[in-house]
Amino acid sequence: MSTRSRSDRSPWNWLLVLPIALPLMTFLFNADEPRLFGFPLFYWLQLAFIVVGVGCTALVYRMTK
Amino acid sequence: MSEHITEIVIFTLLFLVVSGMGFVAARWRRPTDLASLNEWGLGGRNFGSWITWFLIGGDLYTAYTFVAVPALLFGAGAAGFFAVPYTVITYPIVFLIMIRLWSVSHVHSLVTPADFVRLRFGSPTLALLVAITGIVATMPYIALQLVGIEAVLQTMGVAGSGFLSDLPLIIAFVILAAYTYQSGLRAPALIAFVKDILIYLVILVAIIYIPARLGGWSAIFGDAAAKFQATPAPGDGVLLNQNNQLQYVTLALGSALALFLYPHSVTGVLASRNRDVIKRNMSALPAYSLLLALIALLGFMAISAGIKPIGTNVNTVVPQLFDQMFPDWFAGVAFAAVGIGALVPAAIMSIAAANLFTRNIYREYINKNATDAQEAGVSKVTSLVVKVGAVLFILLIDPQFSIDLQLIGGVIILQTLPSVAIGLFTRWFHRGGLIAGWIAGMGSGMLMLYNIANPAINHAHFGGSAFALEKLGLDTKMTIYAGFLALIVNLVVAVLGTVVARAMKAPDGPDGTQPDQYSADEGDPRIKDLDLSGST
Repeated sequence: MSTRSRSDRSPWNWLLVLPIALPLMTFLFNADEPRLFGFPLFYWLQLAFIVVGVGCTALVYRMTK
Repeated sequence: MSEHITEIVIFTLLFLVVSGMGFVAARWRRPTDLASLNEWGLGGRNFGSWITWFLIGGDLYTAYTFVAVPALLFGAGAAGFFAVPYTVITYPIVFLIMIRLWSVSHVHSLVTPADFVRLRFGSPTLALLVAITGIVATMPYIALQLVGIEAVLQTMGVAGSGFLSDLPLIIAFVILAAYTYQSGLRAPALIAFVKDILIYLVILVAIIYIPARLGGWSAIFGDAAAKFQATPAPGDGVLLNQNNQLQYVTLALGSALALFLYPHSVTGVLASRNRDVIKRNMSALPAYSLLLALIALLGFMAISAGIKPIGTNVNTVVPQLFDQMFPDWFAGVAFAAVGIGALVPAAIMSIAAANLFTRNIYREYINKNATDAQEAGVSKVTSLVVKVGAVLFILLIDPQFSIDLQLIGGVIILQTLPSVAIGLFTRWFHRGGLIAGWIAGMGSGMLMLYNIANPAINHAHFGGSAFALEKLGLDTKMTIYAGFLALIVNLVVAVLGTVVARAMKAPDGPDGTQPDQYSADEGDPRIKDLDLSGST
């Protein structure tokens, strides 16, 4: 029994850059307005990045399965 | 104490139920024999998606997190929210790295990150450095779990001063030590289910019920902003300022890189059944980040509710908030959630530290021909020693010291990144270069931390992780995460060291791995299996 040749390389992996880069760009979210449900932008946008992170990793997982 | 009696009863009951589960766990998914590190230390390397989700979640989001992150927001505001971007960016980074570590560990039956470094770079010295770094970084982390329990006990009025008042803490840890000894990794895996259900329940109730009582989210953010404006401290506020943005970003990135270098995270990942389980979990684990973000905001709720910490222990603000806002019985549930939340990671961390000692010190230097049963025996005893050490730490030394050490832990574990994480992708580095880089990274990291003062907690040294760039002669008030800067030093020296070592034709260690072993999956042959089939 030999190890099947398998590779982790896939163009889909580049999608993972998005949830890594977005939360590091403070100019995107370091502001009070606009507010959402009383949350300053700083807080609700970073919460939204969690959803972006889940979306991207889930998509890459599906496409590289 | 009497007004907390309902809380204490509920806390104790839930604690006992969970302890019972810890002992029963030895029979859960029962193996034929628990006497090997594969079984005791990695739960049979056979956990599926659900168990792994709860196990890693319980491992990374600890009682200390639940207590300390809101305390950070309570004290400094936006800067404390770094925990959210940190736990967002860690999963995509880790997605591609940890599956490679899982594969190569599966093929070679590796148990610790230092095992991998030993095999990859053929250098027992480098492996020893990685193992010691892991143990030293993990020890204060375990002690900090006790800080989480202590904050809860203090709020319930059962921990004051004197030796007897520490008894509840000691009892909790003796029980923890006993069932970890007996059941190994299966115990925290089983308890993690209860822990998470309790935490989710408490937080869901907290974020709906408490803001409603405090007049809504606008009012909460308004009160927080007013508090920070009234304080003279320049770094606080509900938003970041010019000078702490770089710190915010580098701390988030540095912590994200460090997270899966910690031995206990590696233990959680290696215990999973196959690559698919890990990949699926990396997209499902951020559900905890959402929880963490909401928990963080408890700090602002505490400001709005006018909570004052007990004494100087700012970690008591969240337990106090629960105590003040919730009916007694539910506050008891919330306290149990924090307490049990401490047990899961403490168990996994002590197992991981014990495995490092067994595999990379005992087996390497004391008993080269250790059998599986001997390894498991040594690990079990070491896990006890580690926990006793953690308790002594908290009882004999100022808890603030553990918090400082935990800070140092994050900086030093990051220095294993070139050997472990980059080593998973390339064998370009020379072992001599990596050792030189490790020394340079450690040295510069320590030097920077030593020079960070924090007047707020009366520390002239080791007062935080934000290093002022003006100390390097730069004309700026900006700060940067010391660990991140130390990692850059480490990498530069490792690259230079490698170039020099190659030029001098210094002997390099052999690489014990093959390229295709980094993508092996469940069902592929292991080296051990091959040996066995060859001998029969």
